[in-house]
Amino acid sequence: MASKDANVAVDGVARIEVEAVNSRQHRSLYKARESIHPMRVAGTFRRLKWWIMGVLLAIYYVTPWLRWDRGVGMPDQAVLVDLEHRRFFFFFIEIWPQEFYYVAGMLIMAGIGLFLVTSVLGRAWCGYACPQTVWVDLYVHVERWLEGDRNARFRLDKSPWNAAKIRKRFTKYLIWLLIAVATGGAWVFYFADAPALFVKLFTLEASAIAYVTVGVLTATTFVFGGFMREQVCTYMCPWPRIQAAMMDENSLTVTYQDWRGEPRGRHRKSADASQLGDCIDCNQCVAVCPMGIDIRDGQQLECINCALCVDACNSIMARTGGTPDLISYTTLKSYEANADGRPALPLKKTIFRARTLLYATLWSCIGLAMLFVLFTRDRLDINVLRDRNPQYVVLSDGSIRNGYTVKILNMEQRERRVLLQISDLPDALMTVVGDDLWPSRTREFVLDADQVQQLQVYVAVPRESVEPGANSFRFSVTDLTGIEQAHYGAIFRAPEE
Amino acid sequence: MSEKKTDEVTGVDTTGHEWDGIRELDNPLPRWWLWTFLACIVWAFGYMIFYPAVPMVSEATPGVLGYSSRAAVHQDIQDARAAQSEMISKVDSLPLAEIRQDADMLQFAINGGRAAFAVNCSQCHGSGAAGSPGYPNLNDDEWIWGGDLENIATTLRHGIRHPGDDETRFSEMPAFGRDGILDREQVKAVANRVLAFAGQPHDAELAAEGAELYADNCAACHGDAGKGDREQGAPNLADAIWLYGSTEADIARQIHAPRHGVMPAWGDKLDPVTIKQLTIYVHSLGGGE
Repeated sequence: MASKDANVAVDGVARIEVEAVNSRQHRSLYKARESIHPMRVAGTFRRLKWWIMGVLLAIYYVTPWLRWDRGVGMPDQAVLVDLEHRRFFFFFIEIWPQEFYYVAGMLIMAGIGLFLVTSVLGRAWCGYACPQTVWVDLYVHVERWLEGDRNARFRLDKSPWNAAKIRKRFTKYLIWLLIAVATGGAWVFYFADAPALFVKLFTLEASAIAYVTVGVLTATTFVFGGFMREQVCTYMCPWPRIQAAMMDENSLTVTYQDWRGEPRGRHRKSADASQLGDCIDCNQCVAVCPMGIDIRDGQQLECINCALCVDACNSIMARTGGTPDLISYTTLKSYEANADGRPALPLKKTIFRARTLLYATLWSCIGLAMLFVLFTRDRLDINVLRDRNPQYVVLSDGSIRNGYTVKILNMEQRERRVLLQISDLPDALMTVVGDDLWPSRTREFVLDADQVQQLQVYVAVPRESVEPGANSFRFSVTDLTGIEQAHYGAIFRAPEE
Repeated sequence: MSEKKTDEVTGVDTTGHEWDGIRELDNPLPRWWLWTFLACIVWAFGYMIFYPAVPMVSEATPGVLGYSSRAAVHQDIQDARAAQSEMISKVDSLPLAEIRQDADMLQFAINGGRAAFAVNCSQCHGSGAAGSPGYPNLNDDEWIWGGDLENIATTLRHGIRHPGDDETRFSEMPAFGRDGILDREQVKAVANRVLAFAGQPHDAELAAEGAELYADNCAACHGDAGKGDREQGAPNLADAIWLYGSTEADIARQIHAPRHGVMPAWGDKLDPVTIKQLTIYVHSLGGGE
């Protein structure tokens, strides 16, 4: 029935001229971040997170200050990445650039270790160990301490700018900034002598790159920890996608047991309470979530598996006398079994399965192989590069001479006396540029601790003692103060005729 | 294909793009992402103002900081020179023999000498200093004018047969054949005598014939045993090294009408430090005495 008046919908009902602000056409292309103020929670996993956070932060801040005596002239910092001299020190281990394969091995172990942890524990890295998680946790803790818990923080957000708000915000930003500076500051200590650099940083004597590094890391810590938070995980980090792909139906993941909880409802005393599931719809799990999601919506990309919702739900269940673990670490398989009323697999069986055992075996084998190589690796080495221009030189008595650049590497942290000799080349004699000694088959040198000694060596052989073209022979270096020996197979080139 | 739908699970519209049944959700972009994008644009404009950026006809806009990569390289070179100044003044003040005693100084001089050699000397002596016919090999142990540090330095400073330098090394072997001092057969005989000195295959009869001719004409400079004389710049004929070739024909040609190579005097072209570095470099090539 058509109405006669534009302001009347049907007879007796007025039509209002209004348009929905959030109608589909008006929805913004850009979504502003909505504040998430996770509520304080106590419980097993919260305690575990405190412990892990404390240990990780302690490792990060304390490590550069540990000392390790390596003798005179060597750095005494236990863990040091010495970019200037191209050395990496880790307690008793010293790694030279050509031994970088150790780092490659460590990365492979880290990779397989991650497969192992992920296939057993799911996104444990995201929930407990990731620096983003640890620092956000720290920043939220500061925020809670200054501004109060969830509701107080929401109120403060909305309140107009008055003296109290300015004071609280200023203090918060100041403490955040101090944490950020300390974070960026600690990083550079891994690359130089920490006590010396600490003083230099304050007296403005440190290098520009140190200040730039501290500045950049301060800025990223402050912004990521204070403002970006879950946005980093959801939008910037590839890890959630990769980790999700590595999980299977036997990996533990924080799960809402909807077969038990649904239909959710809060009016337990009403007539149809018997129809309701265990979830009392108190929304505590949502309020404590640092990612701002509802775990009851099922598994989600955003969920970092920090298990704070488990703590929240269990504390409520304890208070109301309900059965705990409505939200819990469960494998997909157990969840399905429970939902169908079948018995779930025991945890032992989900942890020890072919896949995890394979990862564990691989991980251990690589680790053992690296340990073996570490304890048997060469600490004395020789490299020889033959001069190629000219290929050979004919001397006045008709003998042939070749030139070699010989590098002797003393990778031990002590001075060593070594013997350089040539073998498998009859009648060959060598001279070394700079020492003015008579030509001989051997030479003694003293190698400085932890240094490469470069020598220009000439080897001369009578024409009749060598074959035309290439002749193979060996340079050897022997430690006269120990047992180590190293060889290098070299070529002596004579005219082709 | 491009059909917009509403995703059932999320309630979000799709963009209408579809790949093998996979549809793209049209979620709003986070606002900070937009801010980051805008900040990058602002940064780009700032960069255009401060650094050379917009290509013009002959060169780009200079930018208010006045930065140029050429000036930066120039500054780097200046800094490198300044960093070397201590070593350079040490090379300048110390005698050659003492420079060789110190491992660091030796390495510094060799590196500097190698660079100077590549620029000034390699055109004739080759990049590996191995020379070529007429241009001596500096790697071997045969030196016409002496191979110790002082002699190499003198040769470098004053050159060989360099017109315009009073102290230049000078020697001139007569053109025995061309000027009619020896006839064709006599030249051949002397050539065989020389081959005999060097222990090379030769005609013994001709060599014996040439012995007297050698003693009369050549021994004054090259010595009775053909060992040469560095004072006069007369090469050693009794070794395995030949500047102009080692066959009978090569030697006969040199007796008939010798060629005389010229090396420039570098003393007035290069600074004393470079000369010293070159000396030590050439001395280190293996033949230094």
